[in-house]
Amino acid sequence: MADTLKERPVYRNIHVSQIVAYRLPPAGIVSILHRVSGALMFLLLPFVIWLFDNSLTSEISFDRFASVFSSGAGFLPGWFIKLVCLGLIWAYLHHFIAGLRHLWMDATHSVSKEQGRSSAIITLASSLLLTVALGAKLFGLF
Amino acid sequence: MSTNFGSRRIVVGAHYGSRDWLSQRVTALLMALFTLVLLVQLLMPGEMGYYKWAGIFAAQWMKVLTFVIIVALALHAWVGVRDIWMDYVKPVGLRLALQVFSIVWLLGCAGWAVQVIWRL
Repeated sequence: MADTLKERPVYRNIHVSQIVAYRLPPAGIVSILHRVSGALMFLLLPFVIWLFDNSLTSEISFDRFASVFSSGAGFLPGWFIKLVCLGLIWAYLHHFIAGLRHLWMDATHSVSKEQGRSSAIITLASSLLLTVALGAKLFGLF
Repeated sequence: MSTNFGSRRIVVGAHYGSRDWLSQRVTALLMALFTLVLLVQLLMPGEMGYYKWAGIFAAQWMKVLTFVIIVALALHAWVGVRDIWMDYVKPVGLRLALQVFSIVWLLGCAGWAVQVIWRL
């Protein structure tokens, strides 16, 4: 009994070193980015609340909030703060649109290979386009 | 309705994650709607600045709504982050430590955010 248990084959998940070799379909890319964007927002939650706190508490703190994007905070330069915010903007947009895609699939049960593919491409394209547009605004291009 | 306690308690089967699944979707929907409410108020006519921004969060109904969203976010993130730990971290002790960290992290953030909206 104990011997047969030992001989049983073990199927591991994909190892970290194998990730690059796997070519994900668009739906797979949306899925893993959904997770990555969620983790990113989870880890940066204190930063977001710090911005929220400064933006709301008083006019003086609001000025501090605004100046963080130009003159930076502590040892971090302004462009870096902007870059982090751009990352957060992308994370929010991707998570939002990928989430809507999930809700739509849950609600309509319309799940086919083609729809999964096309909606995944729409998700990736629209989140990236909106990120570029808002990023241009953030970096003062218009 | 079959008996589901004591020695007859069903310890195997489906639907063990459906509460988490549903709560994650309900909270997602709430946050999406909140995003729209906030966007509409931001796009209202008026100069963009401190007074407009603080004015939005000055209304008591907005504070209550924001509070609900903070709680929704914490629940939503808890389900998601717990999924990540369960998928990738196999050693039980480390997983427990990370889950405890997640709860502490989310509760701390929620407390701070609540203080921000009701301090004014």
